[in-house]
Amino acid sequence: MRFESAQGERLKTKLSVENVYKIFGSHPKRAMARVAKGEDKDRIFAETGMTVGVSDASFDIQEGEIFVIMGLSGSGKSTMVRMLNRLIEPTSGAVKIDGRDIIRMSRKELIKIRRRDISMVFQSFALMPHQTVLENTAFGLATAGVGKAEREKRAMQALDAVGLKANAQSFPDELSGGMKQRVGLARALAVNPSILLMDEAFSALDPLIRTEMQDELLRLQSEQARTVVFITHDLDEAMRVGDRIAIMQSGRVVQVGTPEDIVRKPANDYVRSFFRDVNVSHVFSARDVAKRNQLTVIERAGMSVRAALSRLDDHGRDAAIVHDRHRCYLGTVSVESLRICLEGLAADDEGDLEAAFVDDVPQVSADTSINELLEPVASSPYPVPVVDADGRYLGAISRAVLLRTLSRSEEEAA
Amino acid sequence: MSLFQVANDGLWQRLSDHLIVDLPIGDWFTLVVNFMQAHFDLFFSVVSSVISFVADNLTTFFNWLPAPVVFIALAALALWRVGWQFTLFVLIALYVVLGMDLWPATMDTLGLVLAATIAALGIGLPLGVLMAKSDVVQAIVRPVLDFMQTLPAFVYLIPAVIFFGTGRVPGVIATVIFSMPPVVRLMNVGIRYVPSENVEAGKAFGCNGLQLLWKVELPLALPSIMAGINQTIMLALSMVVIASMIGAGGLGDPVLAGIQQLRLGTGFQGGLGVVILAIILDRLTQSFGQRRRRASVFSRLAKMFGSNSERPSAG
Repeated sequence: MRFESAQGERLKTKLSVENVYKIFGSHPKRAMARVAKGEDKDRIFAETGMTVGVSDASFDIQEGEIFVIMGLSGSGKSTMVRMLNRLIEPTSGAVKIDGRDIIRMSRKELIKIRRRDISMVFQSFALMPHQTVLENTAFGLATAGVGKAEREKRAMQALDAVGLKANAQSFPDELSGGMKQRVGLARALAVNPSILLMDEAFSALDPLIRTEMQDELLRLQSEQARTVVFITHDLDEAMRVGDRIAIMQSGRVVQVGTPEDIVRKPANDYVRSFFRDVNVSHVFSARDVAKRNQLTVIERAGMSVRAALSRLDDHGRDAAIVHDRHRCYLGTVSVESLRICLEGLAADDEGDLEAAFVDDVPQVSADTSINELLEPVASSPYPVPVVDADGRYLGAISRAVLLRTLSRSEEEAA
Repeated sequence: MSLFQVANDGLWQRLSDHLIVDLPIGDWFTLVVNFMQAHFDLFFSVVSSVISFVADNLTTFFNWLPAPVVFIALAALALWRVGWQFTLFVLIALYVVLGMDLWPATMDTLGLVLAATIAALGIGLPLGVLMAKSDVVQAIVRPVLDFMQTLPAFVYLIPAVIFFGTGRVPGVIATVIFSMPPVVRLMNVGIRYVPSENVEAGKAFGCNGLQLLWKVELPLALPSIMAGINQTIMLALSMVVIASMIGAGGLGDPVLAGIQQLRLGTGFQGGLGVVILAIILDRLTQSFGQRRRRASVFSRLAKMFGSNSERPSAG
């Protein structure tokens, strides 16, 4: 979604995985030869005792997207994510971060990359029980040799970002599961990495906390977009957080695409089986169908009625979303409303954008179900903005988008 | 019946004549020991002087300390780490030791145990780390440890006497060998059983080998390591008593005198002294195995004065 935005962001490949294999066992080369001959995983295991963990995985991850790797247990997704920071050594293939192959890197360079560019959140939190929350959060910085004052300052900022500043001096065993994982997240954010690996990060949490953490991730992502690789076995989670999803089945990547792509055109029965009992109109809430493809105007000094109008003209749109610098939704302007507003202005008057807001555009909250969306979207002249609990703009839903989603759910039901 | 007897006598006799070879392992061992004694003289004298320096100084130091100072120091440790009940026990127990006129012997034993423990930990802790890091080292060291632990304790005394004569030094050396296995084993196990996700977390955040050991593995293995240290100290104490047979001195002397001269009372008093020292050392070292909190002193004080801990509780 993010990379199809109309603001002219360029796609940039952050992480690329090329023909990666992982074979567990005593003679991986021998098993590789069998894999090359096209023998399947079960036969190789039966005859050699070696396990093909990941087989010929290739995909690119774009900068700033949340890339979900989904599969059942044993599908190789945890192995896959550990090869992205070389916690597990691939048997063959390349993993490139910004074009540099980390598999062929020296230990020293690898450690540098791990300290600076890539960090990880674990399913069982993996906090150090002997350290306070603050020390845990500063762990990566301490490892990199950052001085105490500096690392505590940065760790505090990270704790603040996940809302745990008050617990800085607690020990992990004094926290609830959700709080522990916030610390895990803060620890990963404190080093300010460009890539965040999350291995079933929310799977150990109960459903309510889990949703809360997903929202937290999306909020953090809206503040500063990192490249996130998110591992999960849960479809709902994948749909909620993922910009794109890769589905793994017994070590192979069977499909990569946006959630919509995967629901609409599942690559095989395995992928389809994930959605068998799923009614799209229940799976999706407003958040999921909202698109970031609307033109946006940021309310700030110098963004006059005239400037807004020319921005709409430049992009050939007839309406735009206005939000402030914190992405809080303010209103919708259209070419028509701007023109009318401009006519009433003197030549040297900058004008107030607020005066040009279109009245009859409702806003809907992120959790609104698709069925409840019908009425507001149908009656609104322009795409309906979707906002989260804090009033932040998440995207907009046009009639076309809604109809497309609904028609897909009809197909599924048929 | 007779057939069986014939077969048994004749066949077995003939078989055993051919198959069973005399294995004078004891003689070989003697040869090895003699050879080492003849050719590694310098090594043994260096070891001997280091050990005697440490052991002599420790025993002298504890004997030089006035009894009230020992009372206060141990009581303070007991209060800090364990609790007031145990503090009371420590005070009474030490008073009993004084009353039995075993104070110098007890201080000797304490010095010997500490000297032996320091040496055992100095060798054992790094060895345990190596063992945890390498399966090859583990495969070699493990049977050696089994051997060290199951060989009867008295047997250590013989080569110790041959290499180092009688007195404190061979006593401490026999004690080091006897008491080292647990700390090596528990260091090994402790590190190997650190949760894999914690190790992965360490690596994922860019730890090098030494940082991983220092920041993740040792702290998480600490309870296991402390259990090993505790056991090592306990074994050292029991061996030091046995080592009085070769003149190591200390609390073993009254026990030995009790056995040799059937003086029940003397033997019992010596035994009681050992038990008291054992309980004090055991409880104190055990308390360090529990995870320490920097806040613990304050929260304990706070608890003492009846106020609630100010640390936020789990939400």
